[in-house]
Amino acid sequence: MTANRRQLIWLLPLLLFIGLLALMGGHLGRSPTAVIKSQMIGKPVGAFDLAGMDGAKGLSSADLATGKPVLVNLFASWCLPCAVEAPQLEKLKEAGVVLHGIAVRDTAEDMHGFLARHGNPFDLIGDDKGGRMLLNFGASGVPETYVIDGKGVIRYQHLGEIRPEHVPILLRELEKAA
Amino acid sequence: MKEILVALLLLFGGPAFAEPPPPPDVPLADAGLEAKATSLMHQLRCLTCQNQSIAESNAGQAQAMRAEVRELVAAGRTPDEVRAFFVERYGNWVSFVPPARTDTLFLWAAPVLLLLVGGVLVSNRFRR
Repeated sequence: MTANRRQLIWLLPLLLFIGLLALMGGHLGRSPTAVIKSQMIGKPVGAFDLAGMDGAKGLSSADLATGKPVLVNLFASWCLPCAVEAPQLEKLKEAGVVLHGIAVRDTAEDMHGFLARHGNPFDLIGDDKGGRMLLNFGASGVPETYVIDGKGVIRYQHLGEIRPEHVPILLRELEKAA
Repeated sequence: MKEILVALLLLFGGPAFAEPPPPPDVPLADAGLEAKATSLMHQLRCLTCQNQSIAESNAGQAQAMRAEVRELVAAGRTPDEVRAFFVERYGNWVSFVPPARTDTLFLWAAPVLLLLVGGVLVSNRFRR
């Protein structure tokens, strides 16, 4: 090795430093909050049996395995995006979709007001007082919507509120699950 | 006039939507089991607050996860089984204990590799 080439090694720390800067610079501006996708897709929903609200019939895992694909919407009256997606849920309902709701950490009184304001597109609503149902679906918050096939297996997860452009996607996923 | 009207209207404002506070934690009766559950809670990541453990978070979701941890520990599950329960649902992201995986192999090997590089550099220096 000539003396000249030997000296090049002193450039190595500088190059490493520039590489590190580029790596960190590339991460600037990225959202610091990770979107945690459910790992439950392709797995069956764990058995559950939720009471209904206001004396209505509740929701159990048996209602998700009736041979027909269904949508399950995790929502709450205290959740603002859940109100935003109400018209889209209505549209799905009109398209003939079986739609069940799971009310997360809610009270019957608040839920009553919420449904009166935004409409009730749900076939059945389960009352999840402790918020444990999110673990059953691998959900990280509300609202989230799941496509369940006729055997009770989770096929698709929609994170966040359903906006108008998401309605055809959900309908397609329901068809795929049939 | 406008100000008075606004002030009057404010009187009729309804309460804003807010998530109700989570129910208080109920520690396990057995102190040993509770200690086991608490140490597990420090190893699990809160989903809504992300970089806090569920032991430190006040979020309703973290409270639900703590209740689940206590239930699993009380049912006699080992710490590894409890961690696996959450990893099965949320992936490795949910655990603060880094698992041995091929894509984190470099992370674990880095200290040894760097020590080797340093050793080579130093021995070259002395040989000269």
